[in-house]
Amino acid sequence: MEQLKTIGRELAMGSQGGGWTGQSKEFLDLVKSIGEARSKAEEDRIILREIESLRRRIAEPDVPRRRMKEYIIRLVYAEMLGHDASFGYIHAVKMTHDDSLSLKRTGYLAVTLFLSDDHDLIILIVNTIQKDLRSDNYLIVCAALTAACKLINEETIPAVLPQVVDLLAHPKEAVRKKAVMALHRFYQRSPASVSHLISNFRKRLCDNDPGVMGATLCPLFDLITADVNSYKDLVISFVSILKQVAERRLPKAYDYHQMAAPFIQIKLLKILALLGSGDKQASGHIYHVLGDIFRKCESSSNIGNAVLYECICCVSSIYPNAKLLDAAAESTSKFLKSESHNLKYMGIDALGRLIKINPDVAEEHQLAVIDCLEDPDDTLKRKTFELLYKMTKSTNVEVIVDRMIDYMISINDNHYKTEIASRCVELAEQFAPSNQWFIQTMNKVFEHAGDLVNVRVAHNLMRLIAEGFGEDDEGADSQLRSSAVNSYLRILGEPKLPSLFLQVICWVLGEYGTADGKYSASYIIGKLCDVTEAHLCNDTVKAYAISAIMKICAFEIAAGRKVEMLPECQSLIDELSASHSTDLQQRAYELQALLCIHSQAVESVIPLDASCEDIEVDRNLSFLDSFVQQSIEKGARPYIPESERSGMFSVSNYTSQHQHETSSHTLRFEAYELPKPSPTPAAPQISVSTRTTDLVPVPETTYYTENNQASKLQPVLDASSADHGIKLHLVGVQKKWGRPTYSASSSTTSSSEKKTNGVTHLDGVSLQSQGTLYDSKGQQSEVSAEKQKLAASLFGASAGKTEKKPTSTQRAPKANTATAERPGVARAVSPEISKQKAASSPPPDLLDLGEPISTTTPTIDPFEQLEGLIGPTPGPSTLDNSVTTSEQKAPDLMALYTDTPPSSSSSISSGLGDLHSADKNSPMAKNVPSIKKGPNPQDSLQKDATARHVGVTPTGNNPNLFRDLLG
Amino acid sequence: QIHFVILISRQGKVRLTKWYSPYQQKERSTVIRELSGLILTRGPKLCNFVEWKGFKVVYRRHDSIILVILNLYASLYFCICIDPDDNELEILEIIHHFVEILDRYFGSVCELDLIFNFHKAYYILDEILIAGELQESSKKTVARLIAAQVNVTERCVSLAF
Repeated sequence: MEQLKTIGRELAMGSQGGGWTGQSKEFLDLVKSIGEARSKAEEDRIILREIESLRRRIAEPDVPRRRMKEYIIRLVYAEMLGHDASFGYIHAVKMTHDDSLSLKRTGYLAVTLFLSDDHDLIILIVNTIQKDLRSDNYLIVCAALTAACKLINEETIPAVLPQVVDLLAHPKEAVRKKAVMALHRFYQRSPASVSHLISNFRKRLCDNDPGVMGATLCPLFDLITADVNSYKDLVISFVSILKQVAERRLPKAYDYHQMAAPFIQIKLLKILALLGSGDKQASGHIYHVLGDIFRKCESSSNIGNAVLYECICCVSSIYPNAKLLDAAAESTSKFLKSESHNLKYMGIDALGRLIKINPDVAEEHQLAVIDCLEDPDDTLKRKTFELLYKMTKSTNVEVIVDRMIDYMISINDNHYKTEIASRCVELAEQFAPSNQWFIQTMNKVFEHAGDLVNVRVAHNLMRLIAEGFGEDDEGADSQLRSSAVNSYLRILGEPKLPSLFLQVICWVLGEYGTADGKYSASYIIGKLCDVTEAHLCNDTVKAYAISAIMKICAFEIAAGRKVEMLPECQSLIDELSASHSTDLQQRAYELQALLCIHSQAVESVIPLDASCEDIEVDRNLSFLDSFVQQSIEKGARPYIPESERSGMFSVSNYTSQHQHETSSHTLRFEAYELPKPSPTPAAPQISVSTRTTDLVPVPETTYYTENNQASKLQPVLDASSADHGIKLHLVGVQKKWGRPTYSASSSTTSSSEKKTNGVTHLDGVSLQSQGTLYDSKGQQSEVSAEKQKLAASLFGASAGKTEKKPTSTQRAPKANTATAERPGVARAVSPEISKQKAASSPPPDLLDLGEPISTTTPTIDPFEQLEGLIGPTPGPSTLDNSVTTSEQKAPDLMALYTDTPPSSSSSISSGLGDLHSADKNSPMAKNVPSIKKGPNPQDSLQKDATARHVGVTPTGNNPNLFRDLLG
Repeated sequence: QIHFVILISRQGKVRLTKWYSPYQQKERSTVIRELSGLILTRGPKLCNFVEWKGFKVVYRRHDSIILVILNLYASLYFCICIDPDDNELEILEIIHHFVEILDRYFGSVCELDLIFNFHKAYYILDEILIAGELQESSKKTVARLIAAQVNVTERCVSLAF
């Protein structure tokens, strides 16, 4: 049977091939023999032979045109299989000049496949394209436009641009469509050259032909990505187009698998997602049509799911709407529950988008997520890691990073290894629960992907070990260091270590190897010598090692002990003194010199544990004053400062210049500003930037803004105390080592309204999450305990934590705990508030409720504004107010205990704010009274508010609410 | 934004390549080698997507397209490389859209059609995708254009010879 089919096929092929193209027997034989080739080598041999014969024949004089066409096609074939056919390019170019459409098209096809847009031959084709664009035959115009898309480069755009623009009004829709695409391509190549023509795209959006309209969406998408604000006026048009498309107003021909023009729908949804992002008004127009599509889309077909997925993306991008988010969550859960891996993949991706807005969406799907994580499919696994990365917080960081490292070890793909390693580092820096854990994690990352991670990471690790927990706890610091030293001495036994890791090890051993007296100097030196021997060709490691040896020797000498030189160390010094690297030579000579000088001198050259000391740089070079004085006395001309030389600047301007020098080291292109009377604001900046002359530069921007805030709120604060505030802030906040990655909460319009509602929203999250956890545990008792454990550790809320709750709430109403928890609340809510808080009160440690620090009342109290929003009651007296605020925040504290993530993902919740608090509020209000102490006027207020909220969204699908109502 | 389209057979033989982003000849060979190693080894029930050097590649295996040489029934893999933030399901359907149009043109397309008439497959692809974007989503329109071209071409052929 199969053979019969084969014969049939071959017969059909023979007749078709002959009939359509008139290909010669030779070509058919060639393709056949390629098809039968058993190996790549055999295939290569055949093609090389073919190329040789073509080279000969193509150069013959008077090749018939039809024969030439076949040669060109054979060249395309050879090129496609990865061989060089450049000798034939010129013939393909010549063929584009042909009058016959058939040959012309072949020529164009060949040149678009052969030539990249910077090829020298392009210049020969431009003329032909120009001519063809003017042709009466629309098929020739189409062929020329297709070629133009591929071949016209930045320099040749002006040559064809006017004609392409003219073609936008061509009577044939196929030409208009291709002209739009060509213009789009030109825009991608060089936006400046077509910037004056952008209005044409808007015009084409109203084209009668849906194909042209659909094509116009591509350039508009790019334009809107580049500049959203200039296209806000199109929102209504896009919405109405989408509506019409969804209502099947387009010709039947655009239907695809019973969906109405799905590709156009998807493109429109992408554009609307851009336009509605962070724009409440624009989003308002979009909601309705999105809801329609959610309802209409059937999830049985693949394309239906593609549209649904795009809807979810759109919903998560635009200003949040509770109903749509519910619909999106529902679709997402369908994806996740599907059998198809493709849909699971899309579901994980969609979940990653939704948790940015509402972190508790993930709770429901924890087991599905874990299934995906353990799936044998690598693609799915990686996607799931991406999701976990997005939902990492301090409560689950250990589990997630451990998993990531395990996976990182198991793969070979360097590209992905680098990515996942840098993610591990980032998470560890941001959320590390303890320094011990941080160091262990870093060790693992370095050990397995050391050569792939950024150098900055190594420097951060060294800085952490050097600086330790903070200034106060020396004991913990030295414990940390000795544990680091221990682990490094152990790791040094491993045969193969990445160079970067070795550098860290050498540095730490040099600084702290002998600090706790557990290891003798000669032992450490011996180890360091082993390192250099094992890595003969790595100069950087050698340099680190020799410097470390130098430090240890210096510490020994300074401590008054005799350094006996090990033979291997001596030979190392000898070897390095004769090294080709001048750097190594210098280090070796320095070490030798150091060994000969007096111990006091040694101590001042290399003081003990001084890596964190600031090195004062005397900018005025005052130590040269006496020298200058002498020279002047001897008759030298005094130095005239530059400012005086130009005669424009007074001496008082010096400070501002000085400030520029410190704040920016780049060239300045703008003019120097005129002298200002008061240079005082510069003071804090300078102090900050000098402070960063640490081992590793700390990102300055954050400190800078802190300072600004500080000086704004407390103008009396002088520079030094502002500095103090910064230090405290650094200690109190958990993300000690990383840049504070506040995600740019998209909505610039976010007012205090949203922030405050964000607070209440978070309460709902924590409570609800526990509720759902119980539920899911009840249902899925058959699921293995291990998975459940993993789920619990990943998704935070656990039973143990609920027990803590009452105690914390009992404490909460006490007068000034409010201030203690505020930084945490603020941090979860929005970066702006947290900055204000940080400025107004030195933030205490988050969980340290035992010792609340009383501070002055902040100048702005966001919770006062909250009062106004939650209930209709007028603002109570100040005394009342303080009580209510603390009670308002009581549940927040629980949220903190359970799983308030200081992560970027949660801070976005501010955008969600008022929409979600509507239904989330209700269970909170019902639960809180039970753990509250005593009667409370605020109760009634909240109940009132609850009633209102419930009234607003009667259909809110809130399990807690139903549980409360139905028992 | 589509970066390239590749058709490879089960044996890793290249059937069609179209590059929308600039790649040197050498890079092209590397890409094809790496991707065929990555995709051909994947099991049937896994995702149709692979992550590759920061891009995503969507592939679709077409068993309806059969290779008859050596009596082997084999499938053809359509691979499209896209940016990481593109909609994979949509791309999967674009592939299907392409196959349906090929089907319509060749009348139930088989791999041999593509082997011997690969330049026609290129013409069809040029009508669907242009500069890495989906140009036309109506099968009818594409078919009409292709038919017009074929008619003119055949007339030219008959006139010229």
